Amino acid sequence: MQTIDNPFVRFKNVQKSYDGETLVVKDLNLDIAAGEFVTMLGPSGSGKTTCLMMLAGFETATHGDIELAGRPINNIPPHKRGIGMVFQNYALFPHMTVGENLAFPLKVRKMEPAKVEEKVRKVLDMVQMLAFIDRKPAQLSGGQQQRIALARALVFEPELVLMDEPLGALDKQLREHMQYEIKHIHENLGVTVVYVTHDQSEALTMSNRIAVFDDGIIQQLADPVTLYEKPDNAFVAQFIGENNRLNGTVESVVKSVATVKLDSGHMVKALSINNDGKGSRTMLSVRPERCVVSAKKSSSMSMLDARIEELIYLGDHIRCRMNVAGDDQFIVKVPNTSGHLGLEIGANLYVGWKTDDCRALDYR
Amino acid sequence: MAITDVNSSAEMPITAADGTPLKKKLAQALFRSRVRAVGLVLPLFAFVMASFVIPILALMWQGVYNDTFASYTPNLTQQLAKWDGVSTPSEEMFAALVTDLKTAREDKTIGRIATRVNQELPGTRSLFTSSARKVKKAAPPYAESMMKIDKDWGNLEVWQAMKLTSQSLTPGFYATALDSKYTVDQGFVSQVENRQIYVKLFWRTLLISGTVMLLCLLLGYPVAYLLATLPLRYSNLLMIMVLLPFWTSLLVRTTAWIAILQSQGVVNDLLVWIGITGDESRFSLIYNMTGTIVAMTHILLPFMILPLYSVMKTIPPSYMRAARSLGATPTRAFLKVYMPQTIPGVGAGGLLVFILAIGYYITPALVGGQDGQLISNMIAYHMQKSLNWSLAAALGGILLAGVLLLYWAYDRIIGIDNMKLG
Repeated sequence: MQTIDNPFVRFKNVQKSYDGETLVVKDLNLDIAAGEFVTMLGPSGSGKTTCLMMLAGFETATHGDIELAGRPINNIPPHKRGIGMVFQNYALFPHMTVGENLAFPLKVRKMEPAKVEEKVRKVLDMVQMLAFIDRKPAQLSGGQQQRIALARALVFEPELVLMDEPLGALDKQLREHMQYEIKHIHENLGVTVVYVTHDQSEALTMSNRIAVFDDGIIQQLADPVTLYEKPDNAFVAQFIGENNRLNGTVESVVKSVATVKLDSGHMVKALSINNDGKGSRTMLSVRPERCVVSAKKSSSMSMLDARIEELIYLGDHIRCRMNVAGDDQFIVKVPNTSGHLGLEIGANLYVGWKTDDCRALDYR
Repeated sequence: MAITDVNSSAEMPITAADGTPLKKKLAQALFRSRVRAVGLVLPLFAFVMASFVIPILALMWQGVYNDTFASYTPNLTQQLAKWDGVSTPSEEMFAALVTDLKTAREDKTIGRIATRVNQELPGTRSLFTSSARKVKKAAPPYAESMMKIDKDWGNLEVWQAMKLTSQSLTPGFYATALDSKYTVDQGFVSQVENRQIYVKLFWRTLLISGTVMLLCLLLGYPVAYLLATLPLRYSNLLMIMVLLPFWTSLLVRTTAWIAILQSQGVVNDLLVWIGITGDESRFSLIYNMTGTIVAMTHILLPFMILPLYSVMKTIPPSYMRAARSLGATPTRAFLKVYMPQTIPGVGAGGLLVFILAIGYYITPALVGGQDGQLISNMIAYHMQKSLNWSLAAALGGILLAGVLLLYWAYDRIIGIDNMKLG
């Protein structure tokens, strides 16, 4: 796992168990630099929210240390950590107005009333909600509440802000809009953000780095491009973006190119990334947009027989479900260019890809 | 009709496709479902009217209207109406008295007349019953003759009491219920010191109800909080324990407290055993106000816990977490964020317990002794023992007015809409 000099947040061999029988988080090591936007991405039950709660102080680590700016914070109660947090359901206090909600963290810090007023107005202006200062949270729409929750987590100028699936309750359009807004606020203020989500597009849009969680372990920690283009293992390949999987056995590995015998008997070349060498089972991963559909065989790439099972017209591309090497869930995205093939259901064609775009990963 | 008014005031009446006004058309369309809805509610409505609303109104009416005297002594009532209430009673009045006493003796209604006047002027019961037995000897001049039968007939107070009771519509019972006296010549005067009991009792009822309410809140709040926050398997068990009292009879629970609190009871035995008190100076924990408060708090506790629980259940734990992440200490987060959100539950539970307590009857009757009695015990006494239903109705009327006043005050301060009962 990569380490950073002088990390702002550091998880060191952190383990967490709720019942003393199973580990929800197994040996977590994660360094986050100051000013970074790190997303913890994973399916529900993968331990990502638990990690966030441990960082916020609402859960205690069963083992290991969590450090904030070089200081271990395991024994510091949440209210002394000075970490801003945005909750899934916003958690705006319903009996207080927007202004009072925002003033709350400043008042508990015993700030002068005049200064409180000034700061509240400033931060409300930043999220363009100044006109709503006297409203109660119940009088706001979901998106507006979201902005207020964000403003409240930022108003006391914490250096670290945690976000626990803050956009989960919003509709698609608003969610995308808020993604950009949060990204811009992060860029303008320079705060460190740790963001938890199970939505991969959200993670890809906003993050500097993404930690993909599964089964209590970080499966891969990388920037969005690396994560998508070069998944380390089968889980990441399957979880991030769309993926075609073909199962087979490694026949030989020459340099970094593996020759794989598929279960259907076809021989395919792939980049050897994460397999146990000759004779081991492997999963080949190919992205649907990296596949080419052709009527003729070409020698420059791996080519397999394919039969079109289903066609879905999506405007900019055509989603083509094919039967390839015995797998009828093979998806190819055919760009809607002016000269594209007249695809027909039942047509027998060839599908192919470059060796660089095919990765031989662990079998699971 | 309202429909035509609305339409004429509007610039252009909106009509349905066939030209009839839209409102009329809508009413027609909804008629069936309205009839069905009314039909579903009607049986209960009729039942409530017949068994609850009408009896209450009838009894309330008795609090200001009692025609026992007027209906059994028609002649005397006529004469008393003419009388100024201070001059010496005239011969005609005595004559009417003799006629009515004779009739009452024959009809065996003299007991009721005597009882009614006795309510107004205690100690006059025998005057009427004995005079009625002897009245056949009376001969004109009746004043002299009656005075011979019993010299009390010359007492002006007796005649004033009769004049008051002859007025069927009277504020007298309400006056009595407020420790005052309605008189012929001076209007309302306050009752003599040693007969002032009701106002004191009303205050005591308020005091005990208030104490019970506060105790319930103090004891119930943490329990409700636990109920709302514990994991399901523990909270279910706790909920069963809270509801357990509902499955046992009120009488059983009250008598259980007698067993626990009496001078030879569990608590006193324990205190003696520990050595806090001597065997001869055991605490009197029951048959007084303490007993009433303890037993009533126990019995009314679920009525506080359940509304509190239903409100607390809706407060997600993330509010407290948010408050703490914003820098508030646990105490401050609780006071500033959690507690204000439970106000609707506190209000609902408090109001429920207070109103139930104010009219509580069985428990104080069993464990209250002398100074643990509430106004409801006095109402029961007048309903069952002294048979002064009018006074009972007046006391009940004042209690009802008090409850309505409280309800109104609650609505003004907290708002009924904010109340959450579950």
